Amino acid sequence: MFRFDNVGLRYGTGPEILRDLHFHIEPRSFQYLTGPSGAGKTSLLRLFFLSIRPSRGLISIFGRDAATLRSSELPRIRRRIGVVFQDFRLLDHLTTYENVALALRAVGKPESRYRADVVELLNWVGLGDRINAYPPVLSGGEKQRAAIARAVIGHPEILLADEPTGNVDPPMARRILRLFVELNRLGTSVVIATHDTDLMYRFPARTMAIDDGHLEIHD
Amino acid sequence: MRLLPGRRRRRRTGPAPIVPANSIAGSALMTVVAIMSFLACLTVGAVTLVQDASQNWQTDINREITIQIIPRSGVDVAASVDRAVEIARSTPGVTNVTALSDAQNLTLLEPWLGLGLDIEELPIPRLIVISIADPNAVDLDALAAELANVDGASLDDHRLWTERLRAMANVSVIVGFAVLSLMFAATVLSVVFATRGAMAGNQQIVTVLHFIGAEDGFVASEFQRHFLLLGLKGGLAGAALATVLFALIGLATTAVRSTPEGVQVSALFGSFAVGPTGYFGALGVAFAIAILTAITSRWTVFRYLGQVE
Repeated sequence: MFRFDNVGLRYGTGPEILRDLHFHIEPRSFQYLTGPSGAGKTSLLRLFFLSIRPSRGLISIFGRDAATLRSSELPRIRRRIGVVFQDFRLLDHLTTYENVALALRAVGKPESRYRADVVELLNWVGLGDRINAYPPVLSGGEKQRAAIARAVIGHPEILLADEPTGNVDPPMARRILRLFVELNRLGTSVVIATHDTDLMYRFPARTMAIDDGHLEIHD
Repeated sequence: MRLLPGRRRRRRTGPAPIVPANSIAGSALMTVVAIMSFLACLTVGAVTLVQDASQNWQTDINREITIQIIPRSGVDVAASVDRAVEIARSTPGVTNVTALSDAQNLTLLEPWLGLGLDIEELPIPRLIVISIADPNAVDLDALAAELANVDGASLDDHRLWTERLRAMANVSVIVGFAVLSLMFAATVLSVVFATRGAMAGNQQIVTVLHFIGAEDGFVASEFQRHFLLLGLKGGLAGAALATVLFALIGLATTAVRSTPEGVQVSALFGSFAVGPTGYFGALGVAFAIAILTAITSRWTVFRYLGQVE
């Protein structure tokens, strides 16, 4: 699904912040991406969802060399990747329902064809009674679940989450992680960037530890 | 159902717009668009007014031409006049031929030479006035060729004047287009700045749309629809204001038409009223500005997204 070969990344003329990355992300796999703050977790995630290009090396995404992808091809690739941001990035002027439906609306689906799916998904993540609420009145956990619902509504093949439990209390963090585990059971690959060792202990999985630009993988 | 504090419950049939209308600094841009539209409509109105007036002058001038019989030694002026009148009357398209009498010639010269002039003492040309109903129906070149055989006769068909009038009208159209182009360019630049400002202000929306896999065209459409509406409102406001001004000027000139100044204005510009071309032109300018605004915002979004990518 994802393959990194000898990948390095530097911003501008600065030092390399990611060095010699070699790894694969397999279909239906579950892994943590961990490391101290500033180690390069978010930069690696940005490489995953094609927000930035590597300074060197090869990144293969769904069997395509990322370096040869044209700009016009990126939207279709991105629809196969779900992203959950650390700061949720919900749009405050849209209801929870409209935020989640955004990905389907963006591909031109009429509301009549997606309404039932969105409502069902919101019920599944426990936001069935918050469909018409706006993000500013949602709690941190509710926002995070809405962001997860938005990321998975288009049935992505891989879900990338940047510190998804960083802004919620431990019980909510466990609840959110169970959602990711459930999504993984349903066939979605999951990559969670976190430094929450307690969660990793409770839900053990493959761990990609990044430190000072180097990556170590613990299966 | 909990809603945002202070937010009124809205009744709407479809999902809310992805780019909220109030996130675009619309009122300032709409004012700029309205002003540009107003000035552009005034330009269109002025150009059509000059064109119509020029057309009227040309038509009036072409409906009356003159034959001059210049008295020279050895030329029988009376015979030449008779011959020229005969040729003119036999020309197809000519409705009336009048040879001015000596008395009429003296009347014409009176403002310059005074009363009591003996016309026999001066080599004053004899004039034959020819009236034409349809200037296009008369072959002036053939008439001039025939008159060349008459001693002392020459045809003054005012072609020099009509050419100058036509040139002046063409210049006014070119100047009008140049002014319109400058106004459209200023509108485009204003829209470019406003769109970039709107995109910067809605960076969060653009980023989210980007990562959920929205095509650039979809993102552009979300911004474009606001700018189209904004351009349409501004364009129509400017056009409406210009139309009201045209109507007021028309009414004012009608009211003063009986005064000496009004007579002069009427002589120059006819009724000084902007015709249907001017009004339709104003409407066209409004829609052109709206479309231009929409296209410019779309193009700007594409460029912006291209740079982000």
